[in-house]
Amino acid sequence: MPKVTIDGQSIEVPDGTTILQAARMIGGENVPPAMCYHSKLKTSGGYCRTCIVKVSKGSDKDPRPMPKLVPSCRTTVMDGMEVQNNTSPEVLEARRGVVEFLLINHPLDCPVCDQAGECHLQDLGYENGAANTRYDFKRRKFKQIDIGPYIKLHMTRCIMCFRCVKVADQITDNRVHGMLNRGDASEISTYIENVISNDFSGNVIDVCPVGALTDRTFRFKSRVWFTKPMDAHRNCTKCSGKVTLWEKGEEVLRVTTRKDKWGESEEWICNECRFEKKHINDWVVEGPRHIDPHSVISLNHYENVAAKLKLDIAKQQKQLASKK
Amino acid sequence: MQPLTNRSKVVVKKEMSLYERIYLPAVISGMMITFSHFFRKKPTIQYPEQTRAFSGVYRGQHVLKRDDNGAERCTACGLCAVACPAEAITMTAAERKPGEEKLYREEKYAAVYEINMLRCIFCGDCEDACPKEAIFLTDRKVNSEVNRKSFIYGKNVLVEGIEKEKRVDVSLRQTAAVLAFKKHKEFDHNS
Repeated sequence: MPKVTIDGQSIEVPDGTTILQAARMIGGENVPPAMCYHSKLKTSGGYCRTCIVKVSKGSDKDPRPMPKLVPSCRTTVMDGMEVQNNTSPEVLEARRGVVEFLLINHPLDCPVCDQAGECHLQDLGYENGAANTRYDFKRRKFKQIDIGPYIKLHMTRCIMCFRCVKVADQITDNRVHGMLNRGDASEISTYIENVISNDFSGNVIDVCPVGALTDRTFRFKSRVWFTKPMDAHRNCTKCSGKVTLWEKGEEVLRVTTRKDKWGESEEWICNECRFEKKHINDWVVEGPRHIDPHSVISLNHYENVAAKLKLDIAKQQKQLASKK
Repeated sequence: MQPLTNRSKVVVKKEMSLYERIYLPAVISGMMITFSHFFRKKPTIQYPEQTRAFSGVYRGQHVLKRDDNGAERCTACGLCAVACPAEAITMTAAERKPGEEKLYREEKYAAVYEINMLRCIFCGDCEDACPKEAIFLTDRKVNSEVNRKSFIYGKNVLVEGIEKEKRVDVSLRQTAAVLAFKKHKEFDHNS
């Protein structure tokens, strides 16, 4: 079991763990942000460079530092490795540069965008971005594309994270969309605007860290922070049926996967659950979804704190009993 | 006991003089003070026939601005509603259809925009929050109404007229510093 130290905190992790995963095991504020890495998607990561860190000591055997900053989502840990994230001014400076590059072509139409409030790029820009841009040229523009009846593609907002391509590759069969062209001109596209008809294609909406892929059934219905997230489930033959409902009053405006604290989907859901079951009677509601208090979504929402406390106490009592 | 200030006076019960006992000089001097007030400038005005000029930054009834081409600036982003401490603002967004570009500036617009004037505390947080320069408080007063429902102002009241003479001037709220700040290139997307 290699032992890795990230910003002074040490942890022992299994072989083959990446620095990012190790940082997430430690948790707290020293976890590098990630835009393209998704824990449930194989071979994701390595595109966006927001998770770069400094390896100040390679390993116990070879203590030389790595010559350049490395993407933590693609670098596996070595025994005795020492990593600097927030403690290294070099990393923070480089990350600011990465954010500036990501925002070069981004239209900043957050007031219109449905993703606003749960957008990873918004959070990243807020934490690491500069208040103004140095870019003088025209931002690239695309027409909006309807990918089938349920999904809308705003190519202008895309940051080329490849997450949706990985979903299409790994979760759905017969991938019909991917990246076209190269470099500055690259874009996500379906061949001749092919309809994605696969049962799990809706998951591309949830993995999209920005507002490039959005739900057409939720389009402009409400801002995210005016809806109330509730955990719910139903018996579904195709998927686990475990979802988050986004309600406004009695109305179910949107159905998404449950996202963990890194904003990554826990389990994939099928298109039937996502787009067609928009009635509260279709679901067994479990209770309010826990939302990070720092998020704008948690504004004006009151979680059932008492119920949660009871659960926690019961858990601890069980642990104590098992120890004895 | 040590007095706390030197303003306290010791009350003495002394015998009044004849001049003081006839009271007339004191009455007359009092009347003179009253009489002199007739010739002073009056601090009151005859409201509502006369009105005072309001400060340009007075926080009165809201206006939803249009841009120079007459298109509504509001894009129903909901930031005013989430900033509102009284939860007075509600809105419903809608998608702009092709051909409506002259009516609405962005692809999304507020189909319904309501401010409950009874809830509103005129704090001005909504105009601070607005990223689109759409909502402003003005120096206009909110009228009295006969029932509660009439205080829920919809778009028919809030949106300014499309004609030049019906536009509401909010330039006083936008100081030179604010205007200079908004000329920055990074606010291009806002124009």
